Amino acid sequence: MPKALRNIIVQNSLGLHARPAMQFVDAANQFVSNITVIKGGAEPGEADGKSVMQMIILAAEQGTPLSIAAEGEDAEAAVAALAKLFEDKFGEE
Amino acid sequence: MEIKKGIGVSPGVVISTAVVLDAEDVVIPRRNIEPDQVPAETERLGNAIAQSVVELTKLRDSTTAEHGKQIGQIFDFHLGVLRDRTLTNQILAEISQNNTTAEYAVSVVMRRQANRFLQMPNSYLAERVKDIHDQERRLLRSLVGNRRQDLAHLDQDVVVIAHDLLPSQTAALDRVHVRGFACDVGGATSHTAIVARAMGIPAVVGLGNLTGTVSGGDTVVIDGTRGVVIVNPDADQLVEYREFERKRSRLEVELSLLRDLPAETTDGHSISMQANIEFPSDIDDALRRGAQGIGLYRTEFLYLSQDHEPSEDEHYAAYAEALRRLEGRPLVLRTMDLGADKYTEKQAQNPERNPFLGERSIRMCLHDIPMFKRQLRAIMRASVLGDMRIMFPMISTLMELRQAKMVLNDVVEEMEDEGIPFRRDIPIGIMIEVPAAALMANQFAKEVNFFSIGTNDLVQYTLAVDRTNERVAGLFCPAHPAVLGLIRDVIRAGVRAGIGVSVCGEMAGEPLYTLLLLGLGLTTFSMNGPDVPEVKKIIRSTSTEHARNVARRVMTFDSERQVMHFLREETRKIVPEAF
Repeated sequence: MPKALRNIIVQNSLGLHARPAMQFVDAANQFVSNITVIKGGAEPGEADGKSVMQMIILAAEQGTPLSIAAEGEDAEAAVAALAKLFEDKFGEE
Repeated sequence: MEIKKGIGVSPGVVISTAVVLDAEDVVIPRRNIEPDQVPAETERLGNAIAQSVVELTKLRDSTTAEHGKQIGQIFDFHLGVLRDRTLTNQILAEISQNNTTAEYAVSVVMRRQANRFLQMPNSYLAERVKDIHDQERRLLRSLVGNRRQDLAHLDQDVVVIAHDLLPSQTAALDRVHVRGFACDVGGATSHTAIVARAMGIPAVVGLGNLTGTVSGGDTVVIDGTRGVVIVNPDADQLVEYREFERKRSRLEVELSLLRDLPAETTDGHSISMQANIEFPSDIDDALRRGAQGIGLYRTEFLYLSQDHEPSEDEHYAAYAEALRRLEGRPLVLRTMDLGADKYTEKQAQNPERNPFLGERSIRMCLHDIPMFKRQLRAIMRASVLGDMRIMFPMISTLMELRQAKMVLNDVVEEMEDEGIPFRRDIPIGIMIEVPAAALMANQFAKEVNFFSIGTNDLVQYTLAVDRTNERVAGLFCPAHPAVLGLIRDVIRAGVRAGIGVSVCGEMAGEPLYTLLLLGLGLTTFSMNGPDVPEVKKIIRSTSTEHARNVARRVMTFDSERQVMHFLREETRKIVPEAF
């Protein structure tokens, strides 16, 4: 099964709050791959990228390093699309 | 297992299944199912989620159209929660692994999630807890239905867990199956406390966020004696509390042996023991515990237990039933005492800024004469059926008393014209619960046949303490020398005028104050049925002379702590097991 991983840093000022988390989960659900988001830093954590509850409880604030991991047929496309959401700061600012 | 500490407001211990009332009264009464029902519950959950998603989508679209995309997006998150597979899987696991109903599983899992959010240091997440509660309610509404599940018809014993109990909720309670109360808020004299004591069941209030911790169907221990609530107790605690329950019921048996003995001091003065009731059906139990009559019939519960104002015939039916059950024993009927902490639906929609100082009880009656007359007419019609007495609450000026009597006269004249029989010499009394009335007791005594001191309100108005506000409820104390001075003067005024005086507040049923009240010359005590045996026991253990000495000493103290300490010591001397 193909795997892919991309490291990013949360850039938008409010962090991964409800709206961006929803955007991320909606996007993640477009792919068949399993998606896991891993949080580094002082309070590490791990979330199912397709669960908004788990994503929001990561409490990833601005500046938090995250790894987006995907496993499945479309793993590479998934991490690319999801990483882009962070690069675009979820349309903020 | 979780232990919560609150204020014990009605003693005793009960172990039972929880029914949780949230603000919308969604009740989750049952938790377990047979294993073969799991597929059916799973399907119910699926339907509830689908229905909720449809509802929310509509709500989002209409909100977006009306207020713009930004506001509409709030519902996207809510939709995301409902569609969250990991959440759904947890709920499904709860149903299939623990054989629970879908509503119980939703409640357990959603509350678990909410607690995780609350534990995060991030304030943004703590705020989102509201969104989770919102979705829990949405699913529950869809599962349980929108109907307000009432607590009137239960098929098993339960304890009721609520944020706060409203009089309209307690009025309709199933009095056989409800075995205890526990509330997030409230003080020792809150409505919940009064109802629990009247029902003789344990209650603990002021527990903080208990409703967030308990799910309907959980096993809960309510220890009203120690003010503790244990959610899902472990095996050791269960053993301990079962033993406690047994001991308590042995004491009950012992006290019930006192029932047929007279309430008489050792030197032969007999004291009248009366009971306070809310419904005619409470009478049998009160008599069973040794009450000789009803010293306070709180008729406002007629108004609270239904959604319309009672008709004259509904009033009459209740009063006639009460007199029939009493078989000639006295019934002191207090006219409607709504307002302050007891609201009808209509009043609740139009709140006053300061309801305790607002249009309550007699004031409300005098502002709505037709309503007042309906009740008085029913009272007078029933007056020929037994020993009925009328009592007006919250009287603060002589004018109010005279106006109330004038309305009663009008009613009587109309009845005379119509040829309806009534009792011409019906005794009329007033509640003394406003300091102004207590200070003018000598004048009032000339115009009434009896006084009944309502200590709950008298204390709160004298000390300026809202007894339902848990932040100041600790300042509420009947032993305050100012309160005791008023009580003493009212009893004296009554004795001097040769009219009856009783105390019908909580104080009359508290063994701590029995010696003092006796010593001040009180001859009629009116209390909740379950308190009768204990108070009687103290009365039977002292002489009037001794009680008078105790009272004399108490009146020299200048602090409530001294008073309480002394009374506790003195009472222990004569009845060691009293506390």
